[in-house]
Amino acid sequence: MDLAYSAEEEEFRARLRAWLAAVLPTLPPRPDPLDWPARRAYDCGWQRRLHDAGYADVHWDASPTQRLIFLEETELAGAPYVGANFVGLLHAGPTIAAEGTAAQRERWLPPVLRGDEVWCQGFSEPEAGSDLASLRTKAVRDGDEYVVSGQKIWTSHAEVADWCELLVRTDPTAPKHRGISWLAMPMDAPGVTVRPLRTLAGSTEFAEMFLDEVRIPVGNRVGDENDGWRVTMVTLSFERGTAFVGEVVACRRLLGELARAARENGTWDDPVLRRRLGRLSAEFQALWRLTQANVSEAQATGGVPGAGGSVFKLHYSHARQELYEAAATVLGPDALDLGRDWTLDRLSSLSYTIAAGTSQIQRNIVAERILGLPKGR
Amino acid sequence: MDFRLTEDQRALRKGVRELLARLFDREALRAAVDSGGLDRELWRELGAAGFFALRLPEEEGGVGLGLPEAVLLFEEAGRVLLPGPLVATHMAAGSLRGAAEGEVVVTSASEGLVPWLDEADVVLGDVSGAVPMRSVDPLTPLHRVPGLVGPAEVPAAGDGLVAALLTAAEQVGSAGRTTDMAVAYARERTQFGQVIGGFQAVKHLCAGMLVRAELARAAVRAAAVTADPVEIAGTKLLADEAATANARDCLQVHGGMGFTWEADVHLHLKRAWVRAELWLPAARAEEVVAARL
Repeated sequence: MDLAYSAEEEEFRARLRAWLAAVLPTLPPRPDPLDWPARRAYDCGWQRRLHDAGYADVHWDASPTQRLIFLEETELAGAPYVGANFVGLLHAGPTIAAEGTAAQRERWLPPVLRGDEVWCQGFSEPEAGSDLASLRTKAVRDGDEYVVSGQKIWTSHAEVADWCELLVRTDPTAPKHRGISWLAMPMDAPGVTVRPLRTLAGSTEFAEMFLDEVRIPVGNRVGDENDGWRVTMVTLSFERGTAFVGEVVACRRLLGELARAARENGTWDDPVLRRRLGRLSAEFQALWRLTQANVSEAQATGGVPGAGGSVFKLHYSHARQELYEAAATVLGPDALDLGRDWTLDRLSSLSYTIAAGTSQIQRNIVAERILGLPKGR
Repeated sequence: MDFRLTEDQRALRKGVRELLARLFDREALRAAVDSGGLDRELWRELGAAGFFALRLPEEEGGVGLGLPEAVLLFEEAGRVLLPGPLVATHMAAGSLRGAAEGEVVVTSASEGLVPWLDEADVVLGDVSGAVPMRSVDPLTPLHRVPGLVGPAEVPAAGDGLVAALLTAAEQVGSAGRTTDMAVAYARERTQFGQVIGGFQAVKHLCAGMLVRAELARAAVRAAAVTADPVEIAGTKLLADEAATANARDCLQVHGGMGFTWEADVHLHLKRAWVRAELWLPAARAEEVVAARL
């Protein structure tokens, strides 16, 4: 039960903090959130700076504790988040690093780390959401190529991506988890059509993607043919691990801002609101401690986060939505003004209990994998 | 940073769990419910095992351990619903003769309530005018002290905070135990031709229980390390919530059996209600945390 950081970890923190203080004032202004090419350029420029300073592979090669420190310090300093590089750095990259051949790692990882190439994710389909393993996009072998046809949905950054981590069905006769393969698809291949989808927040955060006889080299398959489900689980466990560290830090800062705003506009005098903010603060403090517990566990067991990430996400996603509901109470009628930051954030937060595995699916995972209850509906 | 239990801490937890299984098994629990009294022999055995002297320095005859070890101890006590004014006696071990050895039973007034007043040898705090209540918890006799409520502000340090933390640890133990009870029952009870633990409606209740218990456990352990007053207040809040809500859900999973006197579920719920009212109840804990924002 030791919460103190080692001398080496503290040195890592101090060096990072000094670098952030020097580099952040030199960044260009943030781009218009609706201008995707500009956002890509901005996010990749930031990744390039991280790369040149030696922080590019912090998500993969650093220890879980260093990753925790990195995410904490960058958020505290107000540095950009991974943005368009989310899939490359936190999904596809770790998967290729863990499951790819030496040649595949050499081809795809350096451009991600340098901020030269952007990846998107082609997992979900209109008929395969929570039941991802029922996906139907088919890949038929033709010599050295797969011929891929089907439809994908909720593909973030599709318009500006160079590569797509694509799940396809290579054996339609096998049980559903056993006929899937993981392919790297170039987004400029003939037959790929991207159509943006507008979210309830009004922005085009993601897209649907139509694949019409797209030819993908067999050498672009990571892992064995029909072993893509296992390969994918490696990816998803990364997403449910330390991916939310920066956001917990951000929520704790937001609570401070909320309290300041409430003191200014008088809503702080309402004990119901005040106590609600107190409870939320206790919850985010505990979520931070739970993160430290999960990171300590990951550090000891070799790095891949386990089902503890599901426990964390279940409470975090709910608490963060509650945070924006409390923000709306502080704002009063101004909560209806889209010009206020918290209004857009409140809208965006509605996805947290859905994206990366709905809360209902997370509860199944917790019940079956941790508590040992039987699989079933 | 390594927030996991050390090898020694794991050994301590295992030892305490085995000790309590021997000293206070389910038969002893139900006998205590029926008798309503405090078992002095059990109290002395706890004393002999170092339960009260855990944090006293070795040169004073104690075990020489700290708050992180103490919360592990009280978590185990909460799991088995160990009765008696454990927190008050543990905290008096350094100052009151006989407390460390379990020869003396010490209780204290908190939030207008005094547990175990008639059984105690020493009572801390002003309890003049104390009136007996018909306590909702068959394992915690209570007196009401008119006009005595907790201070408006949490003390920066001191006994009240440690008492709140140890009480929170007991709540986490209870929350973990009711999760285990619900899961065990859901795996054996059959309806509609299958165990009810296979139904999502039941599974999701159980998963929610685990989330509450794990969050509160992380909070309790961290607060034991930092001893930060605001962190302790927030911890008490989450631990109270975990214990009471988990007991409620455990009762629900047990169905009609959960509503019986015979099942142990109600004992967890009632004790959780009592602990939630002692040492920083929710309203004040929330205010304490909010004040730091």
